[in-house]
Amino acid sequence: MKQVMDYVEMKIPAKPEYVGVIRLTISGIASRMGYTYEEIEDIKIAVSEACTNAVQHAYPENQVGEVIIGFGIYEDKLETMVADSGQSFNFLKTKEELGPYTESTTVDQLSEGGLGLYLIETLMDEVRVLNRSGVTVFMVKYLGEERENHDKATSDRETN
Amino acid sequence: MKVNIEKHEDDKEIYVSVSGEIDAYTAPKLREELLPLTEGKNNVITVNLKDVSYLDSTGLGVFVGMFKQLNKNDGELRLVELSDRLKRLFNITGLSHIMSISDNAEDVGR
Repeated sequence: MKQVMDYVEMKIPAKPEYVGVIRLTISGIASRMGYTYEEIEDIKIAVSEACTNAVQHAYPENQVGEVIIGFGIYEDKLETMVADSGQSFNFLKTKEELGPYTESTTVDQLSEGGLGLYLIETLMDEVRVLNRSGVTVFMVKYLGEERENHDKATSDRETN
Repeated sequence: MKVNIEKHEDDKEIYVSVSGEIDAYTAPKLREELLPLTEGKNNVITVNLKDVSYLDSTGLGVFVGMFKQLNKNDGELRLVELSDRLKRLFNITGLSHIMSISDNAEDVGR
């Protein structure tokens, strides 16, 4: 296991208006590390989903807590940790109720929530959840093999 | 960060253009503006997503809500001009099997 090279941490009020701020931050970090456009968009969604869960589930109304987001920046991967220190929801139980919709899903079965955790699992390479005195979600995204081609990809992208 | 919603109605259909970022902060505004449109009988709603630069499960939830409500009222929801990114989200969640999505502007401005 390679040692963490850099660590960045942010603390936001558990309010939906700050989820976009985290998205901007993660976009900047992932871009600097050399992820592709597609990977950066995937990471943005996964981290936003984790923050949204923390903001929406952790604190009852009229009680605003904080969400801590940590970014472990390695040579070959980005680890993101999203921790709410408030009330927890049962991630594993919730997870069981998730999944993609299939063609046999009836309209009545369609759920308007619950896709967030499914997206985190789908878009990231590794996901771990610690459900103890609050929920902490760890997500890992590895840098692809094309990393050495990154400079070329970046310049291609910029000319588009 | 914000979301903009433009609505046009004629006697046959309702056209909606959404632009900006749809996330936990902006999705409630979108829901508030769009869900009432689904209440009438037989409404056909076309939502153009060309200028949506970000969408996650909160936005998908709004469209699922509209879709369910329209189905109940014998209406129809069409999502058009989806970017590759947006299409990918509808594909991996399986929603593309159930809902009408298109990367063209079909039906828009007809």
